[in-house]
Amino acid sequence: MTDSKYFTTTKKGEIFELKAELNSDKKEKKKEAVKKVIASMTVGKDVSALFPDVVNCMQTDNLELKKLVYLYLMNYAKSQPDMAIMAVNTFVKDCEDPNPLIRALAVRTMGCIRVDKITEYLCEPLRKCLKDEDPYVRKTAAVCVAKLHDINAQLVEDQGFLDTLKDLISDSNPMVVANAVAALSEIAESHPNSNLLDLNPQSINKLLTALNECTEWGQIFILDCLANYTPRDDRESQSICERVTPRLSHANSAVVLSAVKVLMKFMEMLPKDLDYYGTLLKKLAPPLVTLLSAEPELQYVALRNINLIVQKRPEILKHEMKVFFVKYNDPIYVKLEKLDIMIRLASQANIAQVLAELKEYATEVDVDFVRKAVRAIGRCAIKVEQSAERCVSTLLDLIQTKVNYVVQEAIVVIKDIFRKYPNKYESVIATLCENLDSLDEPEARAAMIWIVGEYAERIDNADELLESFLEGFHDESTQVQLQLLTAIVKLFLKKPTETQELVQQVLSLATQDSDNPDLRDRGYIYWRLLSTDPVAAKEVVLAEKPLISEETDLIEPTLLEELICHIGTLASVYHKPPSAFVEGSRGVMHKRLPARTGSGEGTESPDVGNVAGGSAPEAAPSIIPSQGDLLGDLLNLDLAPPTTTGPPPPTSGMQMGGMDLLGGGLDSLLGGDIGGSPAMGAGFGAAPAVMPASLNAPVGGGLGDLFDLGGGVGMPMGAYIPPKTVWLPAMKAKGLEISGTFARRAGVIQMELVLTNKAMSVMTDFAIQFNRNSFGLAPAGPLQVLTPLGPNQTIEVSLPLSTVGPVMKMDPLNNLQVAVKNNIDVFYFSCQYPISMLFVEDGKMERQVFLATWKDIPNDNESQFQIQDCHLNSDAASNKLQGSNIFTIAKRTVEGQDMLYMAIKLSNGIWVLAELKMQAGNPNYTISLKCRAPEVSQCVFQCYEAVLKN
Amino acid sequence: MIGGLFIYNHKGEVLISRVYRDDIGRNAVDAFRVNVIHARQQVRSPVTNIARTSFFHVKRSNIWLAAVTKQNVNAAMVFEFLYKMCDVMTAYFGKISEENIKNNFVLIYELLDEILDFGYPQNSETGALKTFITQTGIKSQSKEEQSQITSQVTGQIGWRREGIKYRRNELFLDVLESVNLLMSPQGQVLSAHVSGRVVMKSYLSGMPECKFGMNDKIVIDKQGKGGGATGQSIAIDDCTFHQCVRLSKFDAERSISFIPPDGECELMRYRTTKDIILPFRVIPLVREVGRTKLEVKVVIKSNFKPSLLAQKIEVRIPTPLNTSGVQVICMKGKAKYKASENAIVWKIKRMAGMKESQISAEIELLPTNDKKKWARPPISMNFEVPFAPSGLKVRYLKVFEPKLNYSDHDVIKWVRYIGRSGIYETRC
Repeated sequence: MTDSKYFTTTKKGEIFELKAELNSDKKEKKKEAVKKVIASMTVGKDVSALFPDVVNCMQTDNLELKKLVYLYLMNYAKSQPDMAIMAVNTFVKDCEDPNPLIRALAVRTMGCIRVDKITEYLCEPLRKCLKDEDPYVRKTAAVCVAKLHDINAQLVEDQGFLDTLKDLISDSNPMVVANAVAALSEIAESHPNSNLLDLNPQSINKLLTALNECTEWGQIFILDCLANYTPRDDRESQSICERVTPRLSHANSAVVLSAVKVLMKFMEMLPKDLDYYGTLLKKLAPPLVTLLSAEPELQYVALRNINLIVQKRPEILKHEMKVFFVKYNDPIYVKLEKLDIMIRLASQANIAQVLAELKEYATEVDVDFVRKAVRAIGRCAIKVEQSAERCVSTLLDLIQTKVNYVVQEAIVVIKDIFRKYPNKYESVIATLCENLDSLDEPEARAAMIWIVGEYAERIDNADELLESFLEGFHDESTQVQLQLLTAIVKLFLKKPTETQELVQQVLSLATQDSDNPDLRDRGYIYWRLLSTDPVAAKEVVLAEKPLISEETDLIEPTLLEELICHIGTLASVYHKPPSAFVEGSRGVMHKRLPARTGSGEGTESPDVGNVAGGSAPEAAPSIIPSQGDLLGDLLNLDLAPPTTTGPPPPTSGMQMGGMDLLGGGLDSLLGGDIGGSPAMGAGFGAAPAVMPASLNAPVGGGLGDLFDLGGGVGMPMGAYIPPKTVWLPAMKAKGLEISGTFARRAGVIQMELVLTNKAMSVMTDFAIQFNRNSFGLAPAGPLQVLTPLGPNQTIEVSLPLSTVGPVMKMDPLNNLQVAVKNNIDVFYFSCQYPISMLFVEDGKMERQVFLATWKDIPNDNESQFQIQDCHLNSDAASNKLQGSNIFTIAKRTVEGQDMLYMAIKLSNGIWVLAELKMQAGNPNYTISLKCRAPEVSQCVFQCYEAVLKN
Repeated sequence: MIGGLFIYNHKGEVLISRVYRDDIGRNAVDAFRVNVIHARQQVRSPVTNIARTSFFHVKRSNIWLAAVTKQNVNAAMVFEFLYKMCDVMTAYFGKISEENIKNNFVLIYELLDEILDFGYPQNSETGALKTFITQTGIKSQSKEEQSQITSQVTGQIGWRREGIKYRRNELFLDVLESVNLLMSPQGQVLSAHVSGRVVMKSYLSGMPECKFGMNDKIVIDKQGKGGGATGQSIAIDDCTFHQCVRLSKFDAERSISFIPPDGECELMRYRTTKDIILPFRVIPLVREVGRTKLEVKVVIKSNFKPSLLAQKIEVRIPTPLNTSGVQVICMKGKAKYKASENAIVWKIKRMAGMKESQISAEIELLPTNDKKKWARPPISMNFEVPFAPSGLKVRYLKVFEPKLNYSDHDVIKWVRYIGRSGIYETRC
C-alpha cells in the first residue's frame, strides 16, 4: 500500500467526505483520513475547517496517528486559537506518559504551537521535562525553552527557565549539553548585553569535554558557541586551540569549518614567535584543501570561506595553488570562486602555471567565466610585475580571437595595465584601435576612449577616433559620456590647434543638451578651467595619476575581521555582515577578533593601542585602496537611524529656487546649490553662447568656491570656543552643509554641529559615525536630530564624545574622519580637533613627581617651539592656560625671565610636561615640551599658541 | 537556524513542506519555485537570497530539496544536513524520486520531526532512527525497550545499539580510491590527487573495540627500526573520520580506534598527492586539416604490474559541435561516435599492465561562419584497477570484545582494493 494516492483526490465535496471519515469508528479509516488531510495541507489546500474533527483523533495510543495530528495542529493552531485550547489537555497528559518518546513528542509539539493561551499551560510540563530522568526528554525540553522564548521572552525569564537551561550545560548527557548550548546561544543573540552565556574557563572546560562525545551536530553548536568566547590570555587560547584541532579531521565539513573559525579567531591572541603558532598554521591547510573534495554545494561554501581566510592569512594556503585549478565539470559557481582565489594566491613563484591555466579558461564556454578569466590575466600582470609582459602578449592573443566579449574584457584590463606600467606597453595601442568598432559595452568603450585620450599625442588620428564616438553622444551611457568629455579635453590640451572645434562641440553637448548633473558639472568645470587658465587646466587634467592597487575586491579590514568571526555561516557566504541580511535584532551585534595580549606592555603611548588592535592594515598597498578602506570602514559601521518618527515636514513655507534664479550667474550656482536643477537650466541660458576660449573673467571666482572643499581646519582653544568652520560643503553632500567645532565643557568633550539643508527635499534619519582615530574618539550617543530638516532649515546639535572607541594612529594626529548619514546618502569628511579638548581636569602633578618625570623622559623626546607676538604676563598666561586644563606646577624667575613649569594629562593617560620661558617686554616665548610620546608635541604646541593668543 | 524545509518535484510542485520557524511564511515556498526552479538561467549559486530570505538547495535526480532561513545560520551545516537527509531517506526507501517521496510522505514528516527540532539538527544516524521510526507504525514496546531507544538516540555511542549478536563474526574492508588527474597536452602533470575512502562492513557481536592500522608514513616512521616496517609507506595529506573514531586519540597518537556502527559505514576519507601511481597515460594528437577536417590520434598506456588487469576502460574524446561525420579505427575494444554527446567513446573491457593501445579518428566538420572557436574540452578517461593508486595498504584491523568470548582471531576479515578514475583528464 502506498501513500501517493492521498495526493490525487481533488473532488469538490472532499471536505465533507473527509469529515465523515475522520469521525468514523474504524481506526484504520480515521488514520487514512488524517493522512489525506496532511497531503492536502502539503500542497497548499486550506483544510482548517476540519480542525475540531482532526483534534478529536488526538486521543490515541497509535503513535503514528498522533504525530500526524500534531503536525496538523502545528500548522493550523494559530488560525484557530480558540479551538486549539481543546488540545491542551491531551498535551498535558502526554507530558506525563510513561513512554519517554511520547513525553518528548508532546513537549516538542507544544512549543511549536504559537498560541498565547497554550503557552501558559506549557510552563508546568516544560519545567518537569527539563528535569526529566530521561535524557531524550531533557534534550527536547532544552530546545523547547528557545521556542518559548521566541513566543514570549518575558515569560521565560519570569519562570526562571533560563537558569534551568544554564544548569543543563553541566548535564551528564552530551546531547543535552549540546542542545542547551544551542538554545542559550540563540536566546543570548536577542539579548546582546545579557551575560546569559556566562562563559568562563570552567564552563569552557565542560563544553570542550562534551565536544568529544556528542553528535556531529552537537559539535557544531558547541564550536560555534566557543567562537564567541574571548580567552583571558594566550595560554588559555592555546590550550583551547589544542583541544579543538582534532575536530579538523571530522568527516562533517561543518564541524571542520566551525573548528577553523575557532582556531582563526583564537590564533589572533597567540604571539607569532610561538612554535605552536607555526604548527597551527600548518595544521589548517590540509583540512581546508580536503573541503574541496566535498559535494559542490559544500565546496562553494568552503571556497567563499577560503577567500576570506586567504585575505586574512595568506601564508596558510600559499603553496596550495594547484588545488584551486578549475575542473571542466565543476559547476559554474565553483569555477568562479576558484578563479577568485587563484588570483589572490598568484605570486612570482607560481605565475607561469597560473597564466597557462587562465589562458585555458579563456577559451571555455560560459561567458561570465571567460570574462573573469580574462580579467584575471590582467590582474596577474598588475600583481606580479615580472609576468606583465607575458600577460600582455596573452591578452593580445585573445584579442586576435575576435570573440566579442573577450576583446572587450581584454581592453578593460589593458587600460589598467597601462596605468600600472606607464610608457611600457603602448606599442599595442594600434592593435587595440583596430577593434574599436566591435566594442558595444559601456565599460569597454569607456576604457578605449580613456586610452585614446591618455595617449592622444601618439595616436595620429586620435581626433577622428574620438569624433566618431561623438556622433552618438546622447545614446551613450553616462560612463562613456564622462570619459569622452575628459578624453577630448585631454586631446585639446595636447593638440590645441586642430581640436578646438571638437572640444567646443563636446562641451556644449555636455553642458547644454544633457540632463545629467554629473556630466554638466564636469563640463562646466572644464569649460571654466580652459577659459581662465589653460596652464592650470593642464596641471589639473593631465596630472599624474595615483597608482592603482595590486589587489582587487579586497574586503575592507574591519569587515574582514567580522566575517572571520562568522566563518561557516551565511555571512561568510555572502561576504556581508549579518546585519545586512538578517531582520530584527538577531545577529546585529558586531563581532570582533580578540586582541593579541602581550606581557609587560603598558598603555602609555598611543601606539600601543594601535598594536594591540592587531588590525592596522599591514602597509596599505597603495593610494586607492586606502581611501577605499576608509569608505568601507565607515560604511560598515552600523549607521542606525534614530528611531524617532517626527511629524511630516511643513510643506508650505518653502520658497525654493527663487534665490538661485535671482543670482543668475554661474557663481551662485556652482558655489552653492546643486539641488536647484530647474534654476540651473534657466541660469545657464546664456553661457554656452560664449566661446570657451573667451569666457569672461567674473566667472573665475566660482572656482575658488569649488575647490575650497576639504579645508576648514579650525584651531580652536580651551575655554574659548572657536568659530565654526565648514567641514562639509553642501556641494559635496547633496545639499547638506555641516559646519562645527569642538569644545570641552565640564569635562565632557562635545562636537558642536550645525546642519543646514540646502537641498530642496526634506532630510531625515541622521546618524553619525567616526572612523578609528588616534585617541579613540567616538560618539557617546546617537546624533539627536529629532525633527526632519526641511529645506533651508538649520539645526544646531551638540554631540557628546567619549574616548573609548577603537584606536588607530592618524596623520596628522588630531585628524578625525567622520561619516554622516541621512535618508539620501552617506557623506564623508575629515576635520581636525584641538588636542586641548583631550586635556583632562586631573592633570595636576606634585612638584617632586614633576621633577622626577622630567628627568626620567629622555632628552631626545624634548622639542622646542617659539610662540611669537604674544603680550601676556606670566600670571595671565598661567590663568588662561589653566582654563584649558594646562596646570602650572611651579614658577621660577631667573634674571628677569619667568619660567613656568606645566603639566598636561591627555584622556588616554599620556602626560606632557612643559617649560614656558617668557621675558618681560619680549613678545616671543620659548616653550619646551617633554613627553614619552613625542608625536603629540606638535599638536600640544599648536594649542598653546591658540590659547595664548585668544 | 533552519526555518523550514521543502521538497519539490522537477515541475516545482511541493511534495513536502515543513516549517519550523514563525518567520517563514507560506510565500517562501512559492518564492523558491519562481526564482530558482522556474528561473530561465542556469543556477548560479546553491545559496539564493530572495527578499531577505535565504534558500539552500541540493538536487537529487530531478527532486529539489530546499532549506529556508532568515537568520545567519551555519551554511556548511545546512548543506551537510541536506545531504544527511538524502542519506536517511535513501536508507529508508531507496532512490529519491517523486514516486518514492509521495509514497512515503508520512514517514518523511515523521523523520523531519525527529531529526530537526526548531531547525536544529538532532541525531540523524539511520541505525538509531530505524529503532523507533518505522514504516509500520510503532508497536507497543516494553519499558526497557523504550529507555534503550532513548539512551541510544542521546547516548555517546548513538550509532550502535547494545545486544547485537552474530553467529559468525565477519568484517569486510574496502579501500576505494578515486584517482584524479589533469595533464597538459605535452604530458606534464598539472595536478593529481587521490581521494580515498575506507568503507567497512562489519557483522560483529556486542560492542567491539576496533583498531585500524595502515602504512601511514608518520606512524611507520615513529615505530622506526623496531617495527621493521616492510614495504612502502605513504604520506597522507589529510584525512577525516566517521564520527565513531576517537579524534582526540588520533590527534595525539595517530591511532585509529573506534566502536563501529553495525553494518556498513565509511570509516575514513583521505587525500594524498605524493607518489601517486597513475594507472594510465593518455597521449593525444589533434591536427586540424583545413577548415573542415580534424585528425585525432590518441594512445593510452597502462602503467602497472603486468599481472594485474584493469577493467571498464572508457576513453571519451570530445568532438566539435559542427561534426558531420567520424571515421574511427582502433586496435583494441570498440569505439563509436556519439553525436548526442559530442564525443567519440572508446571502450575496452580489460587491459593488462604495461600495455599500449591506440585509436585514430578522422572528423569531418561542417563549415560554419561561427566566430566562436571550439573550446577543445579535455579527453577524459574512466577505468577500474584492483589496487590502490595511492599505495595505501591496510596493515591490521584488530577487534577486541572483552565481554563476549570471541577474540580477534575468530573474526573473519576481508580486504579489497579498488582504484577508480575520478576526474582523469588530459587536455588536447
